[in-house]
Amino acid sequence: MSDTTEKAPPQKGDVLLEMRGLRIEGRADEVWFEIVHGVDVTLKRGEVLGLIGESGAGKSTIGIAAMGFARDGCRISDGEILFEGQDLRKTPESELRKLRGNRISYVAQSAAASFNPAHKLIDQYCEAPTQHNVLSRSDAERDAVSLFRRLQLPDPENIVFRYPHQVSGGQLQRAMTAMAMSCRPDLIIFDEPTTALDVTTQIEVLAAIKDAVKQFNTAAIYITHDLAVVAQMADRIMVLRYGDLVEEGVTGPMVAEPQEDYTRDLLAVRTFSVEERARPESKPIVEVRNVTAQYRGAPTPVLHNVDFKIHKKRTVAVVGESGSGKSTTARVITGLLPPLEGEVLYDGQALPKDFRQRNKDQLRKLQMIYQMADVAVNPKQRIRDIIGRPLSFYLGLSGKKKEERIRELLSLIELEPDMFIDRLPSELSGGQKQRICIARALAAEPEMIICDEVTSALDQLVAEGILKLLTRLQDELDLAYMFITHDLATVRAISDEVVVMLQGRVVEQGPRTEMFTPPHHEYTDLLLSSVPEMDPNWLDGLLDRREQLAKEGRMVSGAGN
Amino acid sequence: MADTDMSVATDTQVSPLVCRAATAVVYAFLLAVFLLGVGEFSPWVILGIAAVHAYAFIAYKYWSGLERTGTGDLVVAAVSAVFVIAALINWGSFSAYAWETFFGMAVVQGGILCVVQYWKTLRQAPPSAWFGLIVVMVYALLAILAPIVAPFGETSIVGSQYELWGAACTKVELCPPEAGAKQMILGTDHLGRDMLSRLIYGARNTIGLAFLTTILAFSLGGVMGLLAASLGGWVDNLTSRVVDILMAIPSLVFSLLILTVVGTSYVSIVLVIAVLDSTRVYRLARAVAMNIVVMDYVEVAKLRGEGLWYIIRHELLPNAMPPLVAEFGLRFCFVFLFISALSFLGLGLQPPTADWGSMVKENATLITFEDVTPLVPAGAIALLTVGVNFVVDWFLHKTSGLKS
Amino acid sequence: MDKILKMMSQRIGLGLITLLLVSMIIAGIVELLPGDMCQEILGQAATEETVANCRTENGLDRPFYVRYGEWLVGMVTGDMGKSLANKREIAELVGVRLGNTLFLAAYAAAISVPIALTLGILAALYRNSFYDRSVNVFTLSTISTPEFFVAYILILFLSVKAGIFPSISNIAPDHGFLDRLERSTLPAFTLTLVVVAHMMRMTRAAIINLLASPYIEMARLKGLKPGRIIVKHALPNALAPIINVVVLNLAYLIVGVVIVEVVFVYPGLGQLLVDSVSKRDFPVVQASSLLFAFTFIALNLLADILSILSNPRLLHPR
Repeated sequence: MSDTTEKAPPQKGDVLLEMRGLRIEGRADEVWFEIVHGVDVTLKRGEVLGLIGESGAGKSTIGIAAMGFARDGCRISDGEILFEGQDLRKTPESELRKLRGNRISYVAQSAAASFNPAHKLIDQYCEAPTQHNVLSRSDAERDAVSLFRRLQLPDPENIVFRYPHQVSGGQLQRAMTAMAMSCRPDLIIFDEPTTALDVTTQIEVLAAIKDAVKQFNTAAIYITHDLAVVAQMADRIMVLRYGDLVEEGVTGPMVAEPQEDYTRDLLAVRTFSVEERARPESKPIVEVRNVTAQYRGAPTPVLHNVDFKIHKKRTVAVVGESGSGKSTTARVITGLLPPLEGEVLYDGQALPKDFRQRNKDQLRKLQMIYQMADVAVNPKQRIRDIIGRPLSFYLGLSGKKKEERIRELLSLIELEPDMFIDRLPSELSGGQKQRICIARALAAEPEMIICDEVTSALDQLVAEGILKLLTRLQDELDLAYMFITHDLATVRAISDEVVVMLQGRVVEQGPRTEMFTPPHHEYTDLLLSSVPEMDPNWLDGLLDRREQLAKEGRMVSGAGN
Repeated sequence: MADTDMSVATDTQVSPLVCRAATAVVYAFLLAVFLLGVGEFSPWVILGIAAVHAYAFIAYKYWSGLERTGTGDLVVAAVSAVFVIAALINWGSFSAYAWETFFGMAVVQGGILCVVQYWKTLRQAPPSAWFGLIVVMVYALLAILAPIVAPFGETSIVGSQYELWGAACTKVELCPPEAGAKQMILGTDHLGRDMLSRLIYGARNTIGLAFLTTILAFSLGGVMGLLAASLGGWVDNLTSRVVDILMAIPSLVFSLLILTVVGTSYVSIVLVIAVLDSTRVYRLARAVAMNIVVMDYVEVAKLRGEGLWYIIRHELLPNAMPPLVAEFGLRFCFVFLFISALSFLGLGLQPPTADWGSMVKENATLITFEDVTPLVPAGAIALLTVGVNFVVDWFLHKTSGLKS
Repeated sequence: MDKILKMMSQRIGLGLITLLLVSMIIAGIVELLPGDMCQEILGQAATEETVANCRTENGLDRPFYVRYGEWLVGMVTGDMGKSLANKREIAELVGVRLGNTLFLAAYAAAISVPIALTLGILAALYRNSFYDRSVNVFTLSTISTPEFFVAYILILFLSVKAGIFPSISNIAPDHGFLDRLERSTLPAFTLTLVVVAHMMRMTRAAIINLLASPYIEMARLKGLKPGRIIVKHALPNALAPIINVVVLNLAYLIVGVVIVEVVFVYPGLGQLLVDSVSKRDFPVVQASSLLFAFTFIALNLLADILSILSNPRLLHPR
């Protein structure tokens, strides 16, 4: 960790960027309304500032405003943005252009969408240095290779000549970081650079970013919704909510001793957990037996010999990264994807493979809740109809009885019946929509519910509320859950049993406590160790440990990203 | 329209007396038209009286079921009153055409009711959309009230060939001197028929035919498209391939080809164009429905065990409505232009039926004498399609804007 | 590259099959006549003998598939049979006409494509500006206007009042190129006005769609000049949609000529088709329909292939 600064050295500590009273407005339906309400941001040279908050906090908008830029449909309405003392709001566009990409650069959330599909990586890399007259094309190319190597990209001499779609997501994100560094800027804005990545890939990218920022003593604004990630990256953290600053402080103390309730809540999210229940002796409610499945037209199966059981009143968490086949398993159980081999048993009876052959009762007992509540409820139906339909369809309720039951269900999911019964989904927040989906599943009076990433599209606090609701309902109604997720924190919080999947196979399974105590299967180990922790030294420690392992000849690798 | 996202007037200020009185007056008036206007009793009159009752019932039910404002009620009542008074003044011509009066009233009331109902949205509409709405309303009224409004008959010869604008009618049997001087405001056509009257009757013929064709095309293409999207598999494959083939032949050429064989009659024109046009409706309906079918809420319905009909009716259709409504407007324009083009080529509506396309063709030679008469029916076509397009453009902007 | 070749040959194969089916429809449609072609032309008054004569003359006494086969071979080899109306060789009749129609379409395309693309790109760049809104209203109006309305207005002002161009485009084979150009200017203008609106709106939509993509924002945040963003980042990706727009509108042009040709009495294929329809000259109608359909299918195929060729994901597979 030695400081090998390449640029003019001892300016560290000078103020690089200062935003004062920043106000930003957004437009909806031809009306402007304020989304950032006078936020002050100060950033010193070589410092990494973390901006954290839930969706709608304005963190991304503030970050991008540091470049004197506002997205279409937004405008900076008030305040000063001083970059090295120069007010970017008063700087003409042509001068701003000389700063952007040169002195201040940007790393976007989705590298796959932010690289131009028509050009090779090297052409896009060299664009900023040559356009800003920082380096010649040949120097820039040489520099690209060395930076790519520095960022741990495999085979840097060749990968630079590839097109974006020929490179994997995690590599592309690192390539974008390299591109942002091509002019050795003073400031880089990282806008949720690892949010779209799997955990094991996220570690690699985080490590690369951290190393590169330190190497060139670049100041950075790191935007994320994940407090644990920002704890690894940032020297200082600003917590934002609804366009206002909640709390600001140095990383270590803030994580250890937050001052504000909101920050405390954000930190506490990861501590929620239920007691693991003992495995019952009874026979399982659902049994997936040696299932091999394949999508029509695909060359190879997506599931190989998947086999596990779900008992009454228990939560089985199925974890794995994207492409591991966990959602496909759910599709096999619900009958949307009939398996090639193997079968799904319900109460010891084999279920028909195709859902169209199942009877009403079989369909009723097995309900599903989806990741995107937005598209899981019909936007044109009122809550009354959404929840009411299973009641009349399965249970034949109508009139007053139905109305009463709808109200009961709404109270059960903690929504005031009078307020919500006649609303349309568009009049609900994301968490409320997810609650409606839960109510709809409950209306069928099921015995088991498949929850497919039900919390991953939600903000952490909202997600926690949903998890608590689900556990409460499980206790009250004796439900079995199959909980599909990629988030190990969720697994740790609510599962009784864990099934780890990788590339369509079950790698390891067992009770939670067993699964979270070593020794594990190598992949489980990788997965578990990759989950960021609040401890600001966690990442460094992990990397050291992994380096140690690598020296001993034990390489761990992820899902291939 | 009840399913669209437009906001309704919410500041409820019910004034039941006004609307009940208005409904009663309209009811009495329409009844009188049917009873007094027609000399002898026929099945048509009985049907008409039944229709009046149904209309009054629906109007009463629907009107009292709306969330509405006091001002809105007054506006509807006032406009209905204007219509009634206008009819009473010209009692002779209105009562002679009872059905026209009936439908005219329905369109006037329905139109104004829509305006009142969606006033909050309409108020923000750009001038182009307002222009379009007014044009559509005026055309609809003209088409319905044609025989009442037109000064002369559709095919009656009132003067000599190509008389100038504003020439006086001299035919004694048509314009008796004691009734006062009657002018031919737009002159006469190549056979000495009154241009204005033919223009007004043309509205009825061309628009009516285009409307009917569009509805047919929509029922066929829309149903097939929704079915293909929700069933998938071979049904989708088969219908899509058939549509691909039909669309591979330019539609004007294709319809000329078919019309050569089956001959040009009302029925064949409507059927041929409806079938050819339904391919485009099919494409859109299928594409829209495809986007909805992949939504999780449709999967939820399927997994619940719902049947095809429920899924189409409750999950697909409500969400596919805005683009389909817009498409209806666009398809109507297309069909309308298409029929006009066919008529212009002499292969559409056959003489002596008044039709805008053929009126352009028949009088085209006047252009070379710097006479703009043939441009009038052409302009009438353009005006309507422009109007509909403006409305659709605004509607699309509105519905897509609300989504984001 | 294999994937591209495979996709292209698939598309071409599909195009050929479509063409074959279309030719079957065109040939088969005459079979729908209540009697047959001869009965229909000669009418009820004709004697048995004349009808029979006519049948042997036109080969109607043989089964459909034989006649279809011969007809198709004839179409491909250029032996299209004879017109019923004037007994002339159809190939001769159609050949010159097709040339004229293509000349007119090309003339209109040469004017409209550059105008439409420029206007469309400008409208996309300055969207929601006054310019964009007024262009929107103007194009909506021209799209909604029947071709003959535009045609007669142009005749009134440019021909009758100003006397710059002739209102009737009687073109003969012995006319020189410039002479032809002048005579077909008004029809070309008419087509241009109609097609520019479509093309412009589609271009605008394609560019706006593109400008909203994250990589354009990235280019802006790299501090690139607007010109460079357009040329280097937007255009390579806009190529596919723009090519599509242009080719599809060319197809539209080919069909749109029918009415314009009738207005200006331009001796093209469309005029011939309309004339033959009113004369119920079936063989000519069939031949010209097939030619129109062929051009239409070929242009759509071209659009397909060009958009495959301009897709970087396909050009540079993993």
